[in-house]
Amino acid sequence: MAFKIIVCAKQVPDTNEIRINPETGTLIRDGVPSILNHDDANALEEALKIKDKFDDVHITVITMGPPQAKDLLIECLAMGADEGILVSDRAVGGSDTWATSNVLAAAVHKVGDYDLLFAGRQAIDGDTAQVGPQLAEKMDVPQVTYVQKFEIADNMKDIRVERALEDGYEVIDIQTPCMLTAIKELNTPRYMYMKGIFNPDKDIKVWNAKDIEVDLTTVGLEASPTNVFRSFTPKPKGKGVVVEGDTDKDLAKNLLIGLKGKHVI
Amino acid sequence: MAINIIKEKCIGCGQCFPVCPADAFEFEAYDGNKLGKVAKINAKCTFCNQCLTACKFGAIEEKKIESAVDLSDYKDVWVFAEQRDGKLMNVALELIGEGYRLAKEISEDTKVCAVLVGDGIDHLAQECYEYGAERVIMIQDPLLKNFTTDAYTKVIVDAVEEYKPELVIYGATHIGRDLAPRVAARLNTGLTADCTRLDIKVSSYIDYAKNNTTLDTSTLDPNDPSTGIKQTRPAFGGNLMATIVCPRTRPQMSTVRPGVMQKRDRVEGAKGELVEYKPNIAESDIRTKIVEIVKSAKEMVSLTDADIICSGGRGLGDPSGFELIKEFADKVGGVVGSSRAAVDAGWIDHSHQVGQTGTTVKPKIYFACGISGAIQHLAGMQTSDIIVAINKDSDAPIFEVADFGIVGDLYKVIPEIIAEWDNAEALYDATTK
Repeated sequence: MAFKIIVCAKQVPDTNEIRINPETGTLIRDGVPSILNHDDANALEEALKIKDKFDDVHITVITMGPPQAKDLLIECLAMGADEGILVSDRAVGGSDTWATSNVLAAAVHKVGDYDLLFAGRQAIDGDTAQVGPQLAEKMDVPQVTYVQKFEIADNMKDIRVERALEDGYEVIDIQTPCMLTAIKELNTPRYMYMKGIFNPDKDIKVWNAKDIEVDLTTVGLEASPTNVFRSFTPKPKGKGVVVEGDTDKDLAKNLLIGLKGKHVI
Repeated sequence: MAINIIKEKCIGCGQCFPVCPADAFEFEAYDGNKLGKVAKINAKCTFCNQCLTACKFGAIEEKKIESAVDLSDYKDVWVFAEQRDGKLMNVALELIGEGYRLAKEISEDTKVCAVLVGDGIDHLAQECYEYGAERVIMIQDPLLKNFTTDAYTKVIVDAVEEYKPELVIYGATHIGRDLAPRVAARLNTGLTADCTRLDIKVSSYIDYAKNNTTLDTSTLDPNDPSTGIKQTRPAFGGNLMATIVCPRTRPQMSTVRPGVMQKRDRVEGAKGELVEYKPNIAESDIRTKIVEIVKSAKEMVSLTDADIICSGGRGLGDPSGFELIKEFADKVGGVVGSSRAAVDAGWIDHSHQVGQTGTTVKPKIYFACGISGAIQHLAGMQTSDIIVAINKDSDAPIFEVADFGIVGDLYKVIPEIIAEWDNAEALYDATTK
């Protein structure tokens, strides 16, 4: 029986490219490219490495988002995934992490049996790192987050991982089925290659809330326990002074005089 | 809280359109006004509420959703007092301080409780009291000696169900961010990640917003009696701040970024109430096995405690630039930080990284050397007391937040600062005479 991996991925705006409109104080998203979230690319890469090493491994990528998130699935298929599933429905819009995990759990149930759930630690737009553990909870499987090293035994059951800590790491043994979340130290994602033969019409499925049979009282904005109260852009700090000086020594001296004047040294 | 457009008030002018970061406004036909159209919100809406103050005619309002549970059963503020190896994490003490402040904003008789989970950690209760905890909930078992997701989730969920706290806060550490989402999912309650500011009273929130943000506070009522938590956090790499509420479920839960909240002054010999909670935990509950815990041999960089940080970025040109930064830091009694670019280039270890995905710092002086000032870096250091930027490029965004900017070659300027550092007082005195 095939070893089945489900990778959860998210299409995100490249936050490095976002600028703030100084006049309105709002985000300028025009022209900001949408990308496969970095940590999710690491999760997919690790799944692909398992597929490289063992026979009969099947990788399904699940994403939730607007219709254009299909582009992300095409990218994942071009990297080597076997199948892509987009869950897209207005009913799930405005979901917080709890509600999102309900949607993903329903989609995973619909996919059926799996051995390994893999996701990125966090997405660069929200930076919450919550959906992975919350999906694991909904699926009632154990989890390891912040995975920086991964090994699976030939029995395709016993997994040993390193979980990064702020001041070192833990070596943890876990068995399938389980949920792991990847960080960038885990690997270097491969590029897309077009020799992977796939047919987007056949290999990508688009499911709505009805297809995944999710309880509609547990998804979307109104079911989400958390809501946005207000949002705003940070206030730019008042511009300081440019230190004057004709020579590097003068610059250094004038800086020190300024710092002394502020009583910080 | 969705957005609602009051059609009778909308005149179809479209002035609200540019305010929306998600491009979610469009027109729909309406025969009740002169232009024959009104604004409508489409599926692109991200519910950010930025448009609430955009309509001069009062046509945009929040649509409130009612609560289904009785929130008044829940009381007190809990702090997950994270310990490793029998030592409290710094963030635990910060959160006890913050939890104390929040508890008293809720009401005089709301208590801050430190929740200690581990084995052989009796001695930590006293430390919690001395930093402000009024009660300690002590949960000990040999199976809880080291953190495991399964065991810690189970005992905390059990304790929450028994005592019903109103608010639970965790440090946004690699442990807190693993544990809290799992607990929140099991309790079916809300959790807000990586908060940098917490408020209870609307009036405190208004003060904060006025002083630190671009938020229009005119729609907020300073006399609003609600005591739900307002959790403010950066999103979009620090480009946007969002304040999140959890209006319908309890407990409310947040993870809070280390280094942001204030510890209370330690009161030696302070006393508190000890509650021993007997955990119901078995080996079979734990589905992972810790084989070993490896402390990295590399020196721990204590960026959060440093008074002075000297950070280097891509402008150093190559990894050897950090030798100069180290010499600079040694001279001024600081520690070495870096931008993400320098870490990604492999010039220095991630433990030195300051910014949204690194460490948040607020030293007395932050020297940014050859750092352009990408928004994710600024998010991690812009609350430093004094920021000094040294960069060749006078247009670098770092100069927008710098108190002192030097446009120049860091390899020439820094050696001069090092040479003159000890003369600062004399130089200053000379200018004031």
